Amino acid sequence: MGKQIVSVNINGKKVEKAVEPRTLLIHFLREDCQLTGAHIGCETSHCGACTVDLDGASVKSCTHLAVQCDGSELLTVEGLAKGPLLHAVQEGFYREHGLQCGFCTPGMLMRSYRFLQENPNPTEEEVRAGISGNLCRCTGYQNIVKAVLYAAAKLQQTEKVAA
Amino acid sequence: MNAPIDPKLLERTAALQGMGDSRLRKEDARFIQGKGNYVDDIKMPGMLFMDIVRAPVAHARIKSIDKSEALKVPGVVAVLTAEDLKPLKLHWMPTLAGDVAAVLADEKVHFQMQEVAVVIAEDRYAAADGVEAVIVDYEELPVVLDPFAALEPGATVLREDLAGKTEGAHGKRDHPNHIFTWESGDKAAADAAFENAPVTVKERIFYPRVHPCPLETCGCVASFDPVRGDLTTYITSQAPHVVRTVVSLLSGIPESKVRIVSPDIGGGFGNKVGIYPGYVCAIVASIVLGKPVKWIEDRIENISSTAFARDYHMDGELAATPDGKILGLRVNVLADHGAFDACADPTKFPAGMFHICSGSYDIPAAWCSVKGVYTNKAPGGVSYRCSFRVTEAVYIIERMMDVLAQHLNMDKAEIRAKNFIRKEQFPYTSPFGFEYDSGDYHTALDKVLNAVDYKGLRAEQAAKRADPDCPTLMGIGLVVFTEVVGAGPSKMCDILGVGMFDSCEIRIHPTGSAIARMGTITQGQGHQTTYAQIIATELGIPSEVIQVEEGDTSTAPYGLGTYGSRSTPVAGAAIALAARKIHAKARKIAAHLLEVGENDLDWEIDRFNVKGDETRFKTMKDIAWASYNQPPPGLEPGLEAVHYYDPPNFTFPFGVYLCVVDIDRGTGDTKVRRFYALDDCGTRINPMIIEGQIHGGLTEGYAVAMGQQMPFDAQGNLLGNTLMDYFLPTAVETPKWETDHTVTPSPHHPLGAKGVAESPHVGSIPTFTSAVVDAFAHLGVKHMVMPHNAYRVWQQLKESGVAL
Repeated sequence: MGKQIVSVNINGKKVEKAVEPRTLLIHFLREDCQLTGAHIGCETSHCGACTVDLDGASVKSCTHLAVQCDGSELLTVEGLAKGPLLHAVQEGFYREHGLQCGFCTPGMLMRSYRFLQENPNPTEEEVRAGISGNLCRCTGYQNIVKAVLYAAAKLQQTEKVAA
Repeated sequence: MNAPIDPKLLERTAALQGMGDSRLRKEDARFIQGKGNYVDDIKMPGMLFMDIVRAPVAHARIKSIDKSEALKVPGVVAVLTAEDLKPLKLHWMPTLAGDVAAVLADEKVHFQMQEVAVVIAEDRYAAADGVEAVIVDYEELPVVLDPFAALEPGATVLREDLAGKTEGAHGKRDHPNHIFTWESGDKAAADAAFENAPVTVKERIFYPRVHPCPLETCGCVASFDPVRGDLTTYITSQAPHVVRTVVSLLSGIPESKVRIVSPDIGGGFGNKVGIYPGYVCAIVASIVLGKPVKWIEDRIENISSTAFARDYHMDGELAATPDGKILGLRVNVLADHGAFDACADPTKFPAGMFHICSGSYDIPAAWCSVKGVYTNKAPGGVSYRCSFRVTEAVYIIERMMDVLAQHLNMDKAEIRAKNFIRKEQFPYTSPFGFEYDSGDYHTALDKVLNAVDYKGLRAEQAAKRADPDCPTLMGIGLVVFTEVVGAGPSKMCDILGVGMFDSCEIRIHPTGSAIARMGTITQGQGHQTTYAQIIATELGIPSEVIQVEEGDTSTAPYGLGTYGSRSTPVAGAAIALAARKIHAKARKIAAHLLEVGENDLDWEIDRFNVKGDETRFKTMKDIAWASYNQPPPGLEPGLEAVHYYDPPNFTFPFGVYLCVVDIDRGTGDTKVRRFYALDDCGTRINPMIIEGQIHGGLTEGYAVAMGQQMPFDAQGNLLGNTLMDYFLPTAVETPKWETDHTVTPSPHHPLGAKGVAESPHVGSIPTFTSAVVDAFAHLGVKHMVMPHNAYRVWQQLKESGVAL
């Protein structure tokens, strides 16, 4: 199986690597790029621990081939904070105790990041549906919902200040 | 006590972020930025990957294993089978239950998905290719899946390796598939109570096999360094020190040359207590190849082959007076332990703490018996927030209380209040010999009943029952449970011979910050935050600058790990007492510096004041510096202490849970309308973190009661062993939780704190069943077997003649 060159922009940096066509995006990120924030929790595409942002969409990277991403824009949890400044979703999870073991957290954050762009002012029910591709074993979700609502409010406020 | 509170004192107290503070977590910064360090994040030079060839059938002889094709796969380095482990005597390994388990199947396989061979390759893709290429020839044998059938005369014998052994680790074995029989209580007294009782009820209650399914599966990176002759293994272990001792004993490498490290763990939930064959094989492979070997299992392997939970078939009986006063309890259990008894328990308790099954009630006579049986299934039993079988114990007594209430046509809250151990009875010795430390059940029950307007709910239910056209059935579930956590006193409790103490070591640095290490290991419960809070209050050092570490056997003091909600009861106590040793020395130093007697000093938040003159004081920071700078005569320089804590007793937190469900008569779908959970774990270290533990535990309980199961077909194939079927609720299914609390401290614990993390799981499951069954109670239904998924509830609707 020959390797193919993949050229992607990850967290604002251009990355070029040779990979086997069968390499899953999650393994490419974790093993070839040392971006180990995204995790693997299943092999049936349910848990969403591997969720990254690919060309403006939440994608389960265990269900995507690295070679499919040639020329793409990728954002992972490592790229959310701007320098020392946490993104609103990160701040929300911290403030509202939206994580315990932290294993689902990178996927939850990346999903919430995209979800709040899809729906900037969600209801609690919409948040629950919006993160239903992401499983968590520790939190019972209640504080995650609060965290996402916190982030939504914070982002709205930031927008107001900017405007 | 009545003096006005000085805002400056409040400010200094708040600055510590100590006991009782809902301080935000120190762990979060790395996790929200993807900078945690979990086992599969670890990359070592020359590291190889291991994958496992597993049994496709449940019971079969292995006629041959052909590695030759696998060895031709590009990237494959080695293939190991039981033949390769035999010279090291590692084809079988000891278990925490005193049995042995096959590491790699030797002559036969005992359960589907059992480990048969391992492939080591340059990367995980090649290892997976290698696994496909290994050819194993099996000769199938009859399977044994029903634990009742397993004990019939002439039943297929599973464990040929035990042939002729009539004595197991826990006494006599009277059948080749019989593991142990364990009893507790006074049988004669219980039998007498039943003989004379005017009212008796009996019910068979099955607690189905489920799986803890942590989001991160099990795995390790084993690295034997042939030059140094030492072994380092990064591992998903909830008890790394115990693993080090066991690995040393099995490998012959001195314990000082074995370093086991539990890094960040993506949830444990009891799944990561024991040693799995994958760990052993990775270690052996690393020793053989002289390179690091990584093993990370898939989800399907995790669910299929690692420690399951429950699988108790319980026959419960209550004897009572006609007005509902309980006179006696008898329970007979058939426990399905799978092919090898690897049930994680203190060695003297093969059925864990099941004898807590007299519950929150003052029962004069009680007896229980648990019989363990082998079947063609994966090992396990104790895991998934069970506190060593307390889940089962609470389930049986709470189900039986409902059965009795229904039989007597009594209200389920009233019958409980009637039988509660009264608060003045504590410390209370149970009929099984536990000494409950403290409790106030009546107050807690009243609080919950008032909060949810129990009477109003019952009135609503009565109205709905009176209306034949009501499209839903309404059920009210109530559970009042007593937990037993904090194993435990070394005279009773040990893990493979090591007493179940735990430990803490605190070192104060010259500039007043501190490092502290404990023998426990967090898997998300927030130890790095809460442990620092305990020390902050004890020593007047802000928790922010107290660095807490666990999991590295080369640096942390020896402890027994984290499971059974034992961290707060045991390590929490060790932390407080280690800090108090430092505090005592600090007082000596302060007295020296202030040139007064030790008794002339008052401790005030973060400093020693001279009595009557608070302008003369030394802060803990001053004292820390002095201990390095100018130690008083007769005292060693430095400021640090270690404490190993052997608890005098367990802690007995309790809770009152109430759940309201509405069942759709057309579909059988059950909607949780309300769930109210009151927990009392004594002194609360961090309410925010407790609440998170409760939410998680209640969600697990919802999963277990409403959807999780591990069914086997007649051939012994495990069905639904992936997330395609194995029910894990998302945010959409998970109910909203209401939490409440009272505070009844543990009198024997240095902080008054009890464990709590497993309470929500233990207590909520019977609450859901209680609610679902209650919805059918007016139709004469006494019990329904979990899980209460739509299909099964719909079958009950049909059977009861109320399906729409």
